[in-house]
Amino acid sequence: MSNMMKLSIGPIQYFWERQHVLDFYQQAADSAAEIIYLGEVICSKRRLVKPDDWFAIGEELKQSGKEVILSSLTLLEAASEMSSLKRLCRNESFMVEANDISAVQLLSVAGRDFVTGPSFNIYNHRSLRLLAGKGLKRWVLPVELGLDTLKDLQAQRPEGVETEVFALGRLPLAYSARCYTARSHNLPKDDCQYKCLDYPDGAMLKTREDQEFLVLNGIQTQSALTHQVLDQLPELKALEVDVLRISPQYEHTFQIIDIFDEARKGAALPPLGEKLLSLLPLGACNGYLLEQAGMSFLPARTIHESPR
Amino acid sequence: MELVCPAGNLPSLKAAVDNGADAVYVGFKDDTNARHFAGLNFTERSFGKAIRYAQDKNRKIYVAINTFPQPDGFKRWQAAVDQAAEYGVNALILADIGVFDYASERWPDLRLHLSVQGSVTSAEGIKFYFENFGIRRVVLPRVLSVNQVAHVITGSPVPVEVFGFGSLCVMVEGRCLLSSYATGRSPNTYGACSPASHVRWEETGDGTDTRLNGVLIDHYGEGEKAGYPTLCKGRFQVGGHTFYALEEPTSLNTLSILPKLKKIGVSAIKIEGRQRSPAYVAQVTGVLRAAIDQCMLNPDAYQAKDQWMCKLAEVSEGSQTTLGAYHRPWQ
Repeated sequence: MSNMMKLSIGPIQYFWERQHVLDFYQQAADSAAEIIYLGEVICSKRRLVKPDDWFAIGEELKQSGKEVILSSLTLLEAASEMSSLKRLCRNESFMVEANDISAVQLLSVAGRDFVTGPSFNIYNHRSLRLLAGKGLKRWVLPVELGLDTLKDLQAQRPEGVETEVFALGRLPLAYSARCYTARSHNLPKDDCQYKCLDYPDGAMLKTREDQEFLVLNGIQTQSALTHQVLDQLPELKALEVDVLRISPQYEHTFQIIDIFDEARKGAALPPLGEKLLSLLPLGACNGYLLEQAGMSFLPARTIHESPR
Repeated sequence: MELVCPAGNLPSLKAAVDNGADAVYVGFKDDTNARHFAGLNFTERSFGKAIRYAQDKNRKIYVAINTFPQPDGFKRWQAAVDQAAEYGVNALILADIGVFDYASERWPDLRLHLSVQGSVTSAEGIKFYFENFGIRRVVLPRVLSVNQVAHVITGSPVPVEVFGFGSLCVMVEGRCLLSSYATGRSPNTYGACSPASHVRWEETGDGTDTRLNGVLIDHYGEGEKAGYPTLCKGRFQVGGHTFYALEEPTSLNTLSILPKLKKIGVSAIKIEGRQRSPAYVAQVTGVLRAAIDQCMLNPDAYQAKDQWMCKLAEVSEGSQTTLGAYHRPWQ
């Protein structure tokens, strides 16, 4: 079991009540996940949990034996956001997940090791190699890339760089200057009244014929379906993926982690898949990993038969 | 301020040059650029003619190689870089770190610009590309307010180009996957958003449905003009209301703030629209040329003329324009 894939808990994408966040990380401390990413990655106005709180949560998780990484904001606009990023990148206690090139620059100039997140564009071996020279220790495969590309990248992966795959969660698809949650309430971004608190898994956007298509999470747009790669764990293991990321949802995250924990230890997949589906807010998709439209879902059988 | 104009073919390039473009940006006929549409862009032969036409008249040619290659296609991006360099273009507009690494190593003297697809919104981010690849200009995504653009310019080691007119991406460019979520193809991987291959127009009993890979992007009633189903510009339901939940079909238009852009130190104004007609290129280039000249001559007395605004509205999406993120209330 020495080369068992590790499990990580990604940063919380949503705006949750403070107590829910604190309870969440109490549970995380006892979970099977080895790595925990902390911090606000979407909107700098979300401050129920402040930077100092994140450090305190991180220290406690470290005491529980977890590897803790602090995640940076994905879309930087205001000068104040840059000041926060600089503080984050100066911290002595934790490695940082860079979710934008500004963070990569600050960390590499400071000679600090770093991780890149799922919305940081590493699409080829040459990018990977250059960033490895800058201090990249782990990267998350961009969510729109599939197993074929992952295979090519793993074949040319630089020494000392771990690969992480976004294994479960509503997909981070886009970021904007505009706050869509505020817009859907006819509120300006500067007076959003923290409406995101009402949508702990994002606000549903349906087509005019009621297809549940996307969810709005402040300035971020996500998939309505939950991307999940349970059926592909054997392939991911064969490709020597190091870490599987579980992106938090408001409920059932720890049951989901248990499922992935059983699966990585070799439990039969079909019954786990059924159980997993019952824990998701809507349904599942896995198309991206199989080189298809991200919203599609392909059953495991089709995958094994498909030629490279 | 330099005026940078789009061209998807030779007639458009001539229209841009003849109507006052300082520089024209183009792409090759494949997925190495973010306007990879059927019937668009330059073959080796038409590219040679384009360069001659522009450079004979002392205008610059920039080549956009601004998508993100995966390992199995990387050689195609290298070939695009080499071809452009061998033809003596004035600059390459790149986005991917790997392509930058190749281009700066193979062609150290070639001028490189950071594409809007590079998704960089801060001076720190610009420094990464400046220090590693020696970029000489950056094109900013359409997500910053004017004050934020000014702040970036203050800290930036290189001149800054911004979008002045054209279709409006409401998501930060280079990190928008909405199109591949629905179709498997995105601007990053394939060079097209909401690709025509996946579009369907369906007459229904009471009007027209527009679909993208089966997903209903909008429905238009009888007599309502149906627009192209760009994913972020459809009408959807949120909280029981049906509306343009992400953005209206509208174009960016900065004519009214040109003096402000000049004052904060913007070096170049870009017009979007390599996929548009030569008539569009001629019209928009002509208006922007007149406006920029007026603005440079006397910024204090500058006013966007009604006739300019009318001409631009004629070629705008949904015949309407916006200041987009430059104007804080839009956000």
